[in-house]
Amino acid sequence: MIELRGVSKVYPARDGKRGSQFRAVDEVSLTIREGSVFGVVGHSGAGKSTLLRLVNYLEVPTSGAVLVDGQDLGALGERRRRAVRQSIGMVFQQFNLFRSRTVLGNVAYPLKLSGLPRAEVRARAEEALRFVGLAEHARRYPEQLSGGQRQRVGIARALATSPKVLLCDEATSALDPQTTGEVLALLQRVNSELGITIVLITHEMDVVRGICDEVAVMEDGKVVESGSVYDVFSRPEHPTTVSFVRSALHDVPDGAALERLRARHGGRLVTLPVSGDSAGTHEWSRLLRRHELDFSIAHAGVGEVQSRPLGSVTLELRGPDDAIDAFLTELAAAGKAAAA
Amino acid sequence: MSVDWSRFWVKVVDATGETVYMVLVTLALSALLGLAVGLVLYATRKGGILQNRPVFAVLNALINVIRPVPFIIAIVALSPVTRSVVGTMIGTEAAIFPMVLVATFGVARIVESNLLSVEPGVIEAARSMGASPWRIILTVLIPEALGPLILGFTFMLVALIDFSAVAGTVGGGGVGNLAMTYGYLRFDTSVMVVTVAVLIVLVQIAQLLGNLLARKVLRR
Repeated sequence: MIELRGVSKVYPARDGKRGSQFRAVDEVSLTIREGSVFGVVGHSGAGKSTLLRLVNYLEVPTSGAVLVDGQDLGALGERRRRAVRQSIGMVFQQFNLFRSRTVLGNVAYPLKLSGLPRAEVRARAEEALRFVGLAEHARRYPEQLSGGQRQRVGIARALATSPKVLLCDEATSALDPQTTGEVLALLQRVNSELGITIVLITHEMDVVRGICDEVAVMEDGKVVESGSVYDVFSRPEHPTTVSFVRSALHDVPDGAALERLRARHGGRLVTLPVSGDSAGTHEWSRLLRRHELDFSIAHAGVGEVQSRPLGSVTLELRGPDDAIDAFLTELAAAGKAAAA
Repeated sequence: MSVDWSRFWVKVVDATGETVYMVLVTLALSALLGLAVGLVLYATRKGGILQNRPVFAVLNALINVIRPVPFIIAIVALSPVTRSVVGTMIGTEAAIFPMVLVATFGVARIVESNLLSVEPGVIEAARSMGASPWRIILTVLIPEALGPLILGFTFMLVALIDFSAVAGTVGGGGVGNLAMTYGYLRFDTSVMVVTVAVLIVLVQIAQLLGNLLARKVLRR
């Protein structure tokens, strides 16, 4: 569906100094499958916003190729590119609604651009508003709506032309947690009911965990890690990915928390991963029983990622030292151990 | 040497009519021309939707040269040009020419700054939908900036009433001319007071209409 081949975007230095040009996106290659929800996560300034704008050629890459539906956007003229943009919807962090137009007028705007007859413009705009559940607000103006409603208008506007791809630029970052949930649920419907491929960028790993199938982690303009969301969450490799995954799972106590746990718990602390199916956790309860060890839970963070459990539990083990050592050795043999 | 008000009031009405005519014609022409120049200025600036360095530099320099010239100087300095374009240097039509010229560049700056205040994100949204630059100008930029634009035009309208009075003193018609010939040259205080009152009333009406229209557009 979307393919980036060695794409870079380099901005010349603002002050004109030599050698201080800025590589916002650096040699990124990605393939985004049709019908998937693809997340790009990174800290601010990592280049994800620029990356997203390369997909619809709002930013022209310095080098590399952008292919949408097999079509090399770089090979098209500006006029043809505008036609392609009509099949790629975009949603923004600050909604970017037209203040001078009503809700219906906003949603109708891209339809008018595509030159449809007036009656059809109206019908399709109303249909898009119904999909996002705002049909009754059609005559209102954006400033009369809440943030979540405005974003839903933004989504309706992006969907009005029945695009194949929806680009989301931090679509939930300006919203409170509950509204974020509602907007994510709506995006999920856009993907599952309308079959639209979604590319979203975010700095919140929770968003990725909530709705993405695949994820790419960006840092300094480069993609440092990518793969299916479950794989990246369960086996993060790059330090940036590790910290992002922890921020979403809260599964491993960090430095200060670990010190407090040590002070509170006299026994040995062991962190055990929880993943996939229940077989893994069965394994440790069996081993704990065999070595006659007692435990109490010191810390736990287990949640669902792509409908499968993932996280870890930190236990305080009590019993003879050699029994604990034997337990850990056997667990390591089973490939599950991690001492805290 | 006081004027006979039982007959003189007709002159005041005529002069007011001339002023209104001068101001409205000038506003109409300079609003259109200024809007065009302002749009070009906005679109061709660095990072603009039709970025064009030479065009921007020339227009920008031209405006910066013309705008600081006091209107009374401009009207005199332009008089040879006025004569060749309009055919005469005196009267209402002759006054309109320099007024339009100066007002156009004033309006251009007002238009430019109001367009710059439109959020870039909104323009980006229109671009992402595949809108062409001219389409964006006509269907996004102007509607989004319409409220402030109306207030800007109102500001220009009030300035034009002032311009017209100045033009009146150097041969243009209207209330300014009346104030000059009867109020100043013949030391008639009553004419001075009446002409000033007429100007104040005109400015009030202009501002009121502008505010009403802007409020309607801005919905507040």
